[in-house]
Amino acid sequence: MDFATFLQISDTALRFATPLLLACLAGLFSERAGIFDIGLEGKMLMAAMSAGAVAAVTGSVWLGLFAAILGSLLFAAVHGLASITFRGNQLIAGVALNFVASGITVLIAESMFGQGGRTPPLEGAARFANIELPLAETLRAIPILGPFYAEVISGHTILVYVALALVPISWWVLFRTRFGLRLRAVGENPASVDTAGVSVVRLRFSAVIIAGVLCGLAGAYMSTGLQAGFGREMTAGRGYIALAALIFAKWRPWQALWATLLFGFLQALALRPDVVESMTRLAIPVPFLDALPYILTVIVLAGFVGKAIPPRAGGEPYVKER
Amino acid sequence: MTKLPTWADVGLVPLISLTLAALVSAGVLLAIGQSPMQALTVMVNGALGSSYAWGYTLYYATSFIFTGLAVTVAFHAGLFNIGGEGQAQLGGLGVALVCLALPWPHWSIALVAAMFGAALFGAAWAAIPAYLQAKRGSHIVITTIMFNYIAAALMIYLLVNVLRPDGQMDPASANFPSGAHLPQFQEIPILQGLFQRFGADGQPRLNAEGLPLYQQVPANVTFFIAILACVLVWVMLWHTRLGYAIRAFGKSEKAAVYAGISPLRIIMIAMLISGALAGLMAINNVMGQAERLVQNSASGAGFIGIAVALMGRNHPLGIFLAAVLFGFLFQGGAALGLETDIPIELRTVVQGLVILFTGALDQMVRMLMGMFFAKKGAT
Repeated sequence: MDFATFLQISDTALRFATPLLLACLAGLFSERAGIFDIGLEGKMLMAAMSAGAVAAVTGSVWLGLFAAILGSLLFAAVHGLASITFRGNQLIAGVALNFVASGITVLIAESMFGQGGRTPPLEGAARFANIELPLAETLRAIPILGPFYAEVISGHTILVYVALALVPISWWVLFRTRFGLRLRAVGENPASVDTAGVSVVRLRFSAVIIAGVLCGLAGAYMSTGLQAGFGREMTAGRGYIALAALIFAKWRPWQALWATLLFGFLQALALRPDVVESMTRLAIPVPFLDALPYILTVIVLAGFVGKAIPPRAGGEPYVKER
Repeated sequence: MTKLPTWADVGLVPLISLTLAALVSAGVLLAIGQSPMQALTVMVNGALGSSYAWGYTLYYATSFIFTGLAVTVAFHAGLFNIGGEGQAQLGGLGVALVCLALPWPHWSIALVAAMFGAALFGAAWAAIPAYLQAKRGSHIVITTIMFNYIAAALMIYLLVNVLRPDGQMDPASANFPSGAHLPQFQEIPILQGLFQRFGADGQPRLNAEGLPLYQQVPANVTFFIAILACVLVWVMLWHTRLGYAIRAFGKSEKAAVYAGISPLRIIMIAMLISGALAGLMAINNVMGQAERLVQNSASGAGFIGIAVALMGRNHPLGIFLAAVLFGFLFQGGAALGLETDIPIELRTVVQGLVILFTGALDQMVRMLMGMFFAKKGAT
């Protein structure tokens, strides 16, 4: 692989990693608070459709982004209602919402535009524009780092940089604020938080809402940044890859960044089987590259690369004793 | 919270959940400017209106019985097996390998061998997540999801690179030999009459040799095997030592261990049975209908098994009824896609809503009913 190809693949990898990262951080907040979220996929899909539809109708990507967050929040609210208020099975709620999202996005898009469940192609102000970072062209002359900055780091849409910025922010919120401490405590031992006079229900709902907003960003990026419009099932399992990345990262923000970048890189490589073949001198089948994130996650789950221990109270509804 | 009488808990709760799901679906239809009544009429006609329609409804129901039973057996051991989809695809691989291996002399011999292949491959695909859960504590929900995706990638590879005959364009295996053809409903003597074709004059239509012509439906002998599977699973869960151990383990792992039940053994056995049942679904769709292995052969039936198990309250009789209901939904949804402007995806929405109301919001339904029963008790 020559340097130009490497830059090209890295650039694609960063684009592919962005929705994974946003969804992964969404899962991080939710699961740290003790709410397993299988429904990342559905929330992303709903957000992608809302963004695509509203941006197409209004011509404004910002209104699209707003709609994406609302759409995702609606699903997050149902998930919260089922798993916090009514103490239902969180996993089943997530699975159910994924099915609802998969169907209802097509139903809505079809009834609005009649184009076979897609939204019309977006252009101009209805999409996020690529941002040229300052000094990209000036610094290009610096060997290796210059082109890397100009080609890979610079020239993405705002949501890519938002996603990257959210990594340190998430770390700070979770590990350096009182809210974060309580959020993590509620995922480990909700009774102790309750004893301290803090509402478990409110904390868990805040976590679910944060997850909803982040999935909203992820979905909006799918239909207005990565691609120009919504297509049926366009998230194509990314919510589950994000879930895999979360386990890979052992529920920590910085590791989530590295995990999603790795999985993004694998997705980018799967588009270039010729590069893979020339590098390894082996004809590695594309389906194997597609499956690699899942295989890696199973290996991590099996505990062969350190132990992935989820938050202790994850998945258990909290019953306040009376 | 008021404790509900058993009959209400078993019968009313699923019915109310189903009604709520239907109401929300009707609301969705109204919101996209369609008529729920028209949709229901088309669905009932398309799925239940004729013996031909039933031939499709029961075909889908057969697949859902297997995947529903698969989810149920795992559920009783306290395990949530979302991997039915992958296990059913691998089951399809087992069926294809068996059917293509020999020029089978008679379908009954081929059926027994293919069932063995389907169950073996399905169970094998469930074995790894089961082992990782039992030995390593890896959460089975996550591993089975991952195995669904790995299965899908594996099948694409096998169909494109290995099983595809030379010169064929689409990624699918070769057609199975005619000896492996399972009798469909119109070929079974007792049922045959239901599917006879009639001309406009009301006279039976005949072929060149003067024999009556029949409508072809995909429902096949596997339907009866599915009913048998319901009975066997019922016997296994409630009338054998193993079933007792599985249910005890599912209720309380600690108590089961105290009673001398080995978690490793129960997790492995329950998941192997679960995977085998999911794999057996392939008899119906791969051997009974497509007669070759295609991509995404399970086409979502593995996931519908979750809805069927929840709706059927994890009891084989309930699963049979829920599977027929979902068969109706599936075939009716297809009719909607053909005859109206309502996209076929409506059935995915209904499926999701049924899972939501029966599996996650069931406490809400119980609380509502508890209030009702409490009031009645007070007066």
